[in-house]
Amino acid sequence: MSRPTLTPASAVVTVVVPVVVAVVLACLPLLAIQVPGVLPGPTYTPGTLHVLALCWLVAALALSYHLLFGLAGLMSFGHALYFAAGAYGLAIVLQHTELPLLGAAAVVLVGGVVLAHVIGAISLRVTGISFAMVTLAFAQAGNVLVRRNPGGATGGEEGLALRTDHVPDALVGVLHTRNLYWLALAVLVGTYLVVLWVERSRAGHVAAATRENEVRVRVIGGRPYAVRLLVFVLAATLATVTGMAYLLLQSGAVPRASSADFTLTLLVMVVLGGVGSRWGAIVGAVVYTLLDQRLGELASSDAVAALPAVLRVPLSEPMFLLGTCFVLVVLFLPGGIAGLAQRLARRRAVGPTPERMAA
Amino acid sequence: MSTVVLLLVTGVGLGALYFLVASGLSLIYGLMGVLNFAHGSFLTLGAFAGWAVARAVGTTSWAGFALALLAGAIVGALVAALTELLLVRRLYERHIEQVLVTVGLSLASVALFEGIWGPDPEFITGPAWLDSTTSLLGAHVPNDRFVVIAVAAAVLGGIVLFLRRTRYGLIIRAGVENRAMVTALGIDVRKAFTVVFAVGGAAAGLGGVLASQYFGYVSPHLGGSLLIFAFIVTVIGGLGSLAGAAVASVVVAVLQQVANYYWGYGDLVVVLLLAVVLLVRPSGLMGRSAR
Repeated sequence: MSRPTLTPASAVVTVVVPVVVAVVLACLPLLAIQVPGVLPGPTYTPGTLHVLALCWLVAALALSYHLLFGLAGLMSFGHALYFAAGAYGLAIVLQHTELPLLGAAAVVLVGGVVLAHVIGAISLRVTGISFAMVTLAFAQAGNVLVRRNPGGATGGEEGLALRTDHVPDALVGVLHTRNLYWLALAVLVGTYLVVLWVERSRAGHVAAATRENEVRVRVIGGRPYAVRLLVFVLAATLATVTGMAYLLLQSGAVPRASSADFTLTLLVMVVLGGVGSRWGAIVGAVVYTLLDQRLGELASSDAVAALPAVLRVPLSEPMFLLGTCFVLVVLFLPGGIAGLAQRLARRRAVGPTPERMAA
Repeated sequence: MSTVVLLLVTGVGLGALYFLVASGLSLIYGLMGVLNFAHGSFLTLGAFAGWAVARAVGTTSWAGFALALLAGAIVGALVAALTELLLVRRLYERHIEQVLVTVGLSLASVALFEGIWGPDPEFITGPAWLDSTTSLLGAHVPNDRFVVIAVAAAVLGGIVLFLRRTRYGLIIRAGVENRAMVTALGIDVRKAFTVVFAVGGAAAGLGGVLASQYFGYVSPHLGGSLLIFAFIVTVIGGLGSLAGAAVASVVVAVLQQVANYYWGYGDLVVVLLLAVVLLVRPSGLMGRSAR
């Protein structure tokens, strides 16, 4: 996967391509690009920018999940908890204190790190499937807490609206969607850089080695538990940051952000994009978010309403279509979108050789 | 005193529901190493099938209730066996992918149920006796609790008999113990996989019909809400241990009921219990080794 030294070819892929992509994406609010069927309008309109900003935040969250699942091989079903901790934490701190936005964000960040450390230290006592179940249980506890609305702090099922008294004006309101878009993009770029750094660090290599063969890492003197905990806390911290940006973008937090279903959708994104691939996680998240938005419109369109019930009922449930897609990808397309792209690229590079034609 | 009795019986009743889900999860995990996320969907489907049959026969008659239980078990077993044959079997020995397939199935199936039956709970009725109460040591205990407990006890007994007295039971027990050895002896363990899925699905389907009586409604989310506690029960009891699942179901549910009554945060207490068990005994109450 990642190499310790950069060859010229890999330097182009890991440095130049992301920079170009980030610059192009940063210019989108100044351009009027229309993508009919995918985006609701030209790229400078607030509606489209909002959808795209959502895509970038979800992509950042999927990247942080990639760090857990793709790099360290930890299948967590509770990643949404830290996202929700960011969103709800910031909302609550802004609601009840007079701290400015950055100060409040720092408090929430520290809280998120502590939370991740405590829960990670307990859940990592088991590995594999048990780990998945335990993280699920903790996330569920968080979800229950949010829904129960203790002391009126979380707003229960209604969710919590953002109190904007101490948020800079440039980040509030539909008119400033452009700034929120840039904020979301910055979160994505920052997350990408952190993930890249972790993957290339010694700890990242040990984490990957632990994923492949834990006993061997132990035998040569590595400490799988410490490295796993480090990756867990880092991924959770990235999720907390993304959650805070999500609160600003949506001007509120809803209980769904803390649900187990939300973590499952993250898992779906990472697997759709291709497990173990950074770009896969990003592409998977963007494709998923756009599909989720668009399939909803397909469901309420007249074309679907006119169909007989056998076809109409499944087609009007976006989650059914996405879930089915996901099952098909797991069964027939291991490696997801990234794996498919890689295979196509390789086939093009090699070209159809006689043996291949014969086979 | 009467409050304590009521809490205990209600807790054991809820524990019986957890056990009906957790027994299948634990057996499947023990034999195949698969964490079945679609188990909640088997339960939901069993509940809807049971309700459809009960409506056709007469919701307040005992025949309707008995047929509903039968229909729930059959539908649960069929769907579970089909899931194993069509989806899980293709990914033999690839545990992560197997979990992912069941995750996808659960997401898609819950959405499909919502499309067919609507997202809101539908309130149901059963035989009149189930809705009335019986006096037990001064407490008025709803009768459906006793039915749930009796059925779960029968399922536990049935599964134990099946595991101890039949050839497939022997293969399954041996497979849980050491699957490679069973395969090496020339026995096709994969048939046992389908059987285990079917048994687990039948228990979940029964659990669905009983859960709809216990809570008084059917909804597409019936299975998902029980599934999470069933997961907790299986981890606390020890993955792969049927006895552990039975003990942990009752402990978890009674604790949850008591904590809910006195502090209002039963769900959190259960997660706390999970954390304590993991810290003290990572393999669970009756598990052999942590995996």
